[in-house]
Amino acid sequence: MDRILSLNMHLVNKLLQDNVISSTELIRACLERAKNIKKYNPFITIIDNVAIKQAEASTDRYNKRKALSELDGLPIAIKDNFCTENIKTTCASKMLENFIPKYNATPYANLKSAGAILVGKTNLDQFAMGSGTVDSIYGPTKNIWGYSDNYNDFFITGGSSGGSAIAVATGTCYAAIGSDTGGSTRNPASYCGLVGLKPTYGLVSRLGLIPLVNSMDVPGILTRTVDDCVSVLNIVSGYDSKDSTSLMRQHRKIRLPPANKMSIKGLKIGIPIEYHCEYLSADVLDVWDEVANLLEESGAIVKEVSLPNTEYSIVCYSILNQCEVASNMARYDGIEFGFRADENSSTEKLYATTRSLGFNEVVRNRILTGNYFLLTRNYEKYFNQALKVRRLISNDFDNIWDKVQLLLTPTTLSTAPLYSDFIKKTNRDQCAVQDYCTQPANMAGIPAVSIPIKLSKTGMPISLQLLGRNLSEPMLLAVAKFIEYLVEFKHNPKYIV
Amino acid sequence: MKLLQQIFKHQRRKYSSTTKWQSVIGLEVHAQISSASKLFSGSSTEFASPVNTNVSLFDSAVPGTLPVLNKKCVEAGVMTALALNCRVNPVSYFDRKHYFYADLPNCRVNPVSYFDRKHYFYADLPAGYQITQQRAPLANDGLLRFHVHTPGTNIKPYVAEARIKQIQLEQDSGKSLHDDYQSLVDLNRAGAPLMELVFEPDLKNAEEAASLIKELIIILERIQTCSCKMEEGALRVDANVSVHKPDTPFGIRTEIKNIGSVRGVAGAIKYEIERQIKVLESGGQIENETRAWDATTKTTLAMRDKEQKQDYRYMPEPNLPPLHIAMGPVQQGCVNASEIRSKIPELPEDTRNRLRESFGLVPEHAVILVNESKLQKLFEEVLALEMVNPKLLANILINEYLALIHAEKLVLEDVETPASYMRDIVKLLTDGIISRNTARLILEKIINGCKDSPIKIVDDGDWRQITDENKLRQICQEVIDENPKATKQYLNGKTKVFKFFLGAVATKTNQRANMTFVNNILEELLDKSKK
Repeated sequence: MDRILSLNMHLVNKLLQDNVISSTELIRACLERAKNIKKYNPFITIIDNVAIKQAEASTDRYNKRKALSELDGLPIAIKDNFCTENIKTTCASKMLENFIPKYNATPYANLKSAGAILVGKTNLDQFAMGSGTVDSIYGPTKNIWGYSDNYNDFFITGGSSGGSAIAVATGTCYAAIGSDTGGSTRNPASYCGLVGLKPTYGLVSRLGLIPLVNSMDVPGILTRTVDDCVSVLNIVSGYDSKDSTSLMRQHRKIRLPPANKMSIKGLKIGIPIEYHCEYLSADVLDVWDEVANLLEESGAIVKEVSLPNTEYSIVCYSILNQCEVASNMARYDGIEFGFRADENSSTEKLYATTRSLGFNEVVRNRILTGNYFLLTRNYEKYFNQALKVRRLISNDFDNIWDKVQLLLTPTTLSTAPLYSDFIKKTNRDQCAVQDYCTQPANMAGIPAVSIPIKLSKTGMPISLQLLGRNLSEPMLLAVAKFIEYLVEFKHNPKYIV
Repeated sequence: MKLLQQIFKHQRRKYSSTTKWQSVIGLEVHAQISSASKLFSGSSTEFASPVNTNVSLFDSAVPGTLPVLNKKCVEAGVMTALALNCRVNPVSYFDRKHYFYADLPNCRVNPVSYFDRKHYFYADLPAGYQITQQRAPLANDGLLRFHVHTPGTNIKPYVAEARIKQIQLEQDSGKSLHDDYQSLVDLNRAGAPLMELVFEPDLKNAEEAASLIKELIIILERIQTCSCKMEEGALRVDANVSVHKPDTPFGIRTEIKNIGSVRGVAGAIKYEIERQIKVLESGGQIENETRAWDATTKTTLAMRDKEQKQDYRYMPEPNLPPLHIAMGPVQQGCVNASEIRSKIPELPEDTRNRLRESFGLVPEHAVILVNESKLQKLFEEVLALEMVNPKLLANILINEYLALIHAEKLVLEDVETPASYMRDIVKLLTDGIISRNTARLILEKIINGCKDSPIKIVDDGDWRQITDENKLRQICQEVIDENPKATKQYLNGKTKVFKFFLGAVATKTNQRANMTFVNNILEELLDKSKK
């Protein structure tokens, strides 16, 4: 069974179709695995009884040869900031600790109707504000890479979708949904050695994703292989009339050829010089260089390009993020849902106490700063200025697509840091470093994918990122698959055999 | 010289203190759009539903929910803007696009508008912000022309106008219910679609404000974009009021919030103007504050929240793309303004003009018919049946029918009178078969529920007018003979008694005498007895 949990989705689907295994057996194995990996703390909620019932229904469907899709019966996990009907959705916060939504987020609704089985809701930084999966009321999620039961310390998973990353990296499920606002899917993918896709803004519905920054949030996909990523994307993407920012354009299902039949001859790939920044580690730089060479050897035209406004992305993001956070968090007042403080002296007092107890310091700080930026007297100076900078960053990308078809960059500047080192810096400072390479894609709305390349000398995954123009997912993922084929990254042998 | 200056100074002071104050009024109207569902969610907007039953997940701001703009509300907003002669704001806003089209000279709805979030904490505002249109509203620069007609005064009716600064779409809030022990929230109204119409301070007094609201109600009822049921809160008025002396800058204004009736608008503004004048004349100052109109005590009161001015921290609503309105040849947009324009029915001002021009009605009659839409409907129905004398018809409808309904303390909307009955009455009058008095008697019967046709009523009551001159002469003579005292008075020059004789003849004939004839006969007979 361990072998089956290590396979890719396509092969598992074959086994299910051929009745080599049943969905029920598969889900039981997953739930067993979930129990055995509790020490990494990837799950906030494990869904067992319901999952087994769904697995039995799936087994029935396979027996009747009426499987709903190639994902039927396959275990998945979802970050705990996506609403799931009758299943607690906490955002890893006290505010929503007991919040049970009455509806399903569209990406989950799509997966569910394709027969996929939700086995767990995964850990994150409170309200997805963070890049380490360390600021959760349920405690940090720990990286399986470099982990030892004998140490007090551990390597972080990255974040904020760290729980989703570990769920996939441990073989507990084949795919997990994360969210990506400044890199929250790609960053843990990079540190945990996974494929992490941030789709084009509007390609996957945001309905039911509890927002961080509405204009940048996208549901992300974490898998072990590019093919698995494509399978999930084909299910979750598409127009949703309930999300007014969802793209109307008809989305065609992506089919990728086998990697050994692909050619990237003549493909123009850009290396943006601005991503070679001060904090970039030598390890990552070497890998970046290595892969650029590999691609060139395979016939691609690799050239240096410039995205001059890259360095302003982080500061611009921090303003836009805090403004939208201040606004989005205004609904948590203890009246309609969520945590309510035991305070009856006045409505104002009720709000104040509820909000100061329900949110951690990171969230409260962002609310305070955001409200300051949005004051009438500051609006032009901060918010509007940030919008203009955002436009410049977006224009940088628009201009580059005349010269190259894809960009190759690091995903993170280093391998996963140790928890003890990571928490030495504030959440804000960490985000500034952690999101450096991932954030600009969210500013521009463009798709980006992180691909694991190799392990560092110390045995930690190093990943690179591919960026393409809006809706270029078919090409982006094809090239990702080609790179995957070239580098043959080995997943953690402890779980993936 | 000094003495003269002193005299002049004194005179000037005297002049200034007696100079009349001028008042300036600007209105803001919140009109609930007639739509089955809310502005951004599918829940119902039905009035008086059980508490918290018309509430979707979005309306209660459940995390992860998103707004979806209701197209019907955009149509209603655009139609209202077109009916109020709105036009494009000439000031451009960052990535806004402006279009002008020759074939749409009056279509002045903004081709692109945006939604914004307005933040404040209140228990009945679940999201902590209201979605409104602050940066670029749906429409700008409209104009509303209306008739000001102050009943019970000798002020001549006149036409006034107020410019419309902007029309924006926005969400309503819920309702808070407080008692001594607890506060409860009803979210049925939360997210209901509103159009906010902001008028420039172009009004001079309370009657103008009330007249503007009346005209607005007629327009909105005609185009069916708002029920205008003020008692249900479907139309709410805020009034900004200030007073100043001529040739001086405007005074400090107060805002009266949420006035819920047309008479309330007139009453509140009148009271507020007088209050402000009183304060200023006794040496006080007006505070820039929010006041509420108390319809029972007929006073305005300062509202309790005397906090600092709120900063609403507006920001663009990130979950809604810019709202595009298609115009002319441009087809991309949420709705098409040209198509909506073609659906606008005849507006009240056009109806008044038509009534005057096609039927020769006096302006007052045209105004009243348009104000009382049911009366106008009846008027048009009668004429559609048969082209009777329109002036006489209007006269009967307004001076007899409507007057009787008011006298009987009935509501026009509740009284059903077949158009054919009204036609018969006018014909009977024109043909001299009945008198004006008889017409009134017939109407009285009909209003009180008599289902018989006017002709049957006339026949049954033997109410045909007596036009036989000999018979009338005989009756007149009898009246004179029966009233020697009055005759004497008349003969002694007290001509006022003449009216008494007219009345006596009318009564004696059960209102059936042709009074024109009677008038002549009586004069003749009385003059004869003089000799």
